[in-house]
Amino acid sequence: MSTHAEAAIVGLTHGGSEDTGLGQRGPASKSIVVPYGFWLFVLSDMVLFSALFATYASLVHATDGGPITNQVFHRDLVAVETIALLVSSFVCGLAMITAKRANMFWTQVWLLVTALLGLVFLYIEISEFAGMIAIGAAPQRSAFLSAFFTLVGCHGLHVTCGLLWIGTMMAQIWAKGFQPHIVRRLLCLSVFWHALDIIWVAIFTIVYLIGTLP
Amino acid sequence: MTEHDPERLNVAPGTPHDSMLSETISYVVGLSLALLLTGVSFWVASTSVLWGPGVAVGLVVLAIAQMGVHLVFFLHITSGPDNTNNVLALAFGVLIVFLVMIGTIWIMAHMNTNMGVSPELMNLQAQH
Repeated sequence: MSTHAEAAIVGLTHGGSEDTGLGQRGPASKSIVVPYGFWLFVLSDMVLFSALFATYASLVHATDGGPITNQVFHRDLVAVETIALLVSSFVCGLAMITAKRANMFWTQVWLLVTALLGLVFLYIEISEFAGMIAIGAAPQRSAFLSAFFTLVGCHGLHVTCGLLWIGTMMAQIWAKGFQPHIVRRLLCLSVFWHALDIIWVAIFTIVYLIGTLP
Repeated sequence: MTEHDPERLNVAPGTPHDSMLSETISYVVGLSLALLLTGVSFWVASTSVLWGPGVAVGLVVLAIAQMGVHLVFFLHITSGPDNTNNVLALAFGVLIVFLVMIGTIWIMAHMNTNMGVSPELMNLQAQH
């Protein structure tokens, strides 16, 4: 199906007109517009995180006599989290490659591996949070800890949503096959998952590595 | 499918390449570079070989480099004409992110040092 015919079906053009140039081409097809719109959402999500980063950077020394960064962060755990999320992002890319070729088995396998690595990340993060709260480094202890739990917790919440989305997409691919609208959703999912990894790069650098410098 | 149209003017972020080989290579190269940069970051943060005050700046530079790697090799953001819209949106996003972060950190640091009444009140560690 050509771009134009598809656009005509969804009512985006007046139909029948030939492409004569950029100005009269009309809107791009849904396979472009939908992921582009999602790209805009992802970028606005990064703006949201930039506000949380700015808050954290402003409050990192406001410890109220409570625990400071060096006492609550463990680099080795963060290294495992980082590698889990990075490899997860890579495997998500593999899932996209097989999905483009409509390979049901490998798409499901790669999506499952993506989700499992995401679960590893989330498990470590939750146990880190639980360990901090157990030693009295809870969000209500100081402004630094409030900012920390808001920033890192917001990222963890995004990962949780991503995991639910991965499960949903696995079910939808299984039930409906590689229809264009399903593949579009899968593309949006991969953009989301890669974006989470980009945000994590900022978190492990600013919060964990710079926070634990000697 | 429109995605195979060779004359397309735009391409969505993250869209797989048409060639499976180049697509796979892109992801493998991206993963290798990202692992390398992550490793260097962790090494830089723990070594005592480097000049201490410069380490934080170096870490930020490494992080920005790794974000670039993710954008290029995982999200397939390129400088090609079919990516103009994606790049423009990204540029605007980056502008806002830097304005918010640098603006906030700058202003809050100045307020912290300039607006105090007494050194006692200035000490953030004594505040909730």
